[in-house]
Amino acid sequence: MAGSTLASPTVSAAPEGIGATERASSGIETWRRFRRHRLAVASTVVLGLMLLAVALGPLLWQVPINDIDFAAHLEGPSWGHPFGTDDLGQDLLARMLYGGRISLAVGLAAMVVAIVVGTAIGAVAGMAHGSIDAALMWLTDLFLSLPPLPLLLLIIYVFREPLTQLVGPELGTFILVVAVIGGFRWMQVARLVRAQFLSLREKEFVEAARALGMSSLRMVMRHILPNSLGPIIVAGTIDVAAAIIAESTLSFLGLGFPPDIPTWGRILFDAKDYLDIAPHWALFPGMAIFLAVLAINFIGDGLRDALDPRTSA
Amino acid sequence: MAGFDPAIHAIDTDWAGAKEDADHRVKPGDDDFEWEQSPALRPNCETGESRSVSRYLLRRLLIAIPSLLGISVVLFAVLALAPGDPFGELATNPNVPPEVGMALRAKFGLDDPIMLRYLRWLAAMLHGDWGFSFVSRIDVDTLILQRLPATLLVIGSSQVLALLIALPVGIYSAVRPYSIFDQVANLLAFVGFSLPTFFTGLLFILLFSIYLDWLPFVFRADIAATGWHWYWEQFKQSVMPVAVLGLLQGASWTRYVRSSVLEVIRLDYVTTARAKGLPERIVVIKHVVRNALIPVVTLVALQMPALFGGAIVTEQIFRIPGIGSLLISSILANDTPVIMAVTFVFACLVILFNLLADILYGWLDPRIAYR
Repeated sequence: MAGSTLASPTVSAAPEGIGATERASSGIETWRRFRRHRLAVASTVVLGLMLLAVALGPLLWQVPINDIDFAAHLEGPSWGHPFGTDDLGQDLLARMLYGGRISLAVGLAAMVVAIVVGTAIGAVAGMAHGSIDAALMWLTDLFLSLPPLPLLLLIIYVFREPLTQLVGPELGTFILVVAVIGGFRWMQVARLVRAQFLSLREKEFVEAARALGMSSLRMVMRHILPNSLGPIIVAGTIDVAAAIIAESTLSFLGLGFPPDIPTWGRILFDAKDYLDIAPHWALFPGMAIFLAVLAINFIGDGLRDALDPRTSA
Repeated sequence: MAGFDPAIHAIDTDWAGAKEDADHRVKPGDDDFEWEQSPALRPNCETGESRSVSRYLLRRLLIAIPSLLGISVVLFAVLALAPGDPFGELATNPNVPPEVGMALRAKFGLDDPIMLRYLRWLAAMLHGDWGFSFVSRIDVDTLILQRLPATLLVIGSSQVLALLIALPVGIYSAVRPYSIFDQVANLLAFVGFSLPTFFTGLLFILLFSIYLDWLPFVFRADIAATGWHWYWEQFKQSVMPVAVLGLLQGASWTRYVRSSVLEVIRLDYVTTARAKGLPERIVVIKHVVRNALIPVVTLVALQMPALFGGAIVTEQIFRIPGIGSLLISSILANDTPVIMAVTFVFACLVILFNLLADILYGWLDPRIAYR
């Protein structure tokens, strides 16, 4: 049943890419293709700058994020406060640099959770036959038909208090948000990985490895998984964008991070009632979320072009 | 994934703007990929068509039952673990003697084991009794029925808007790939599904309500007007929420439609249709689009959960009295029966749409055997 219909073109084109030298050259080839996607390259630069800004920015712009100054509240952008101030007169640039760390970190961490869970489930389902495969796929379908946002809201609402008491508000919310967002995004990866495994495990080079007496685990790690990486990387990139939006949405609904942790979504949530008198307060964090997500989506698109030989012209 | 929006999603998910188009090699939803075998390998696919459709429907409905049970168990377990107490307020109110609180808890069976409570909830649910809202003091089903029309109105119109954008733009882009039009449309599509719903909503309010003062930014269920005036007011207040959701969906569908049409338009039978002298318009509309829409239907159905996520955010921004805002307010008020019922309704809607997509899929593509 694992006919070759589902074989990824990535696989059929480069199944021999296991040697170190060939891997290096395929890396160069990938980079060459990626470079041709101009928007993806520009997005890489933009995203790199944003990462740099949130990593180093708080060191350079040393205004405290919670310095309350009512004399300067709701001010528009100025030299003293390049992004303006909020209703308590707190500097928005400092808050956004600090909150951006968390927003972007949540995106990356949730992606890792989604990829690890999805790859594990997809791999087991793809290698196992019969009832294990069927059960895992039923689970995947069940998760796919769950409405994610209502459940996220529910789970976060239910578990925030206990976890906060356990490890503190910042870390507690972080762990919870990452686990929950990642826990609702692994299904696509699992399906991709399973489909790849189903076709790859029947390929001649895997057959050869099996004939040589290689154990299943080693076969997966050495031969099957490396050849399924392309789609996983693309899915992972796009998951980062989705996770950033997810976290911002939670914070925007008031159910994400607490107010003293100004993630971009949280700033928007606080700003939305002052839209008429202080639009800058909402526009800057909103633009930051939008830019980050757009850049990541373009990078994902570029990676797909680069990793899928079918699109090369 | 602008879902969970929306973005959570977005929520996606995606929720909020599902970017599941990451891969068109393996169409999500094609789990029964034996479907793709050539018809020659499948005898009997022509005979007994209608009987097999109803048998397939029955089978799918039977599969949906364990899924719904699974979902309800998960929901119930999560809610049972909730630390919040719907009668917490009563316990701290000195005017209410503790016995009354105890009696209320006993009446609603809040102190029984989880298993027992779940079975009781399930039995009541099957009898059509959805419970009683602790906060609004009315039956949950009445409450949901009050709220559902606003949600369905906004979601439904936004889907229509999304289709009106995605079909023409996607098809035209695919007919002239890499043209200026295609490149601009592609760029705009990326922008469209990278804009989280909550931010688009705020931008719209800023532009159309605050600067231009054209549209109201609060959605009112009780418009004090009659006749045409009522419809006009209703239209004005629906424009922004519908546009927020519709543009998001339209942007991601445009890409699905484009890549799907592009794949079909290269096939030999299309060349044949052209060679026999059919006008290009007929070739595209009658020969290409119908086949190209098949995979799009699946993708659209898979985005439904994300869409509901987006609807929650939109309802929250524009204060639409729908079931999304009902969910948020009941979560904040610890109103367990309402939370349970609303999340369950969302899950049912998602499963229903998946089923519809599968049926539509088979109708669009006669090669698929219902099994």
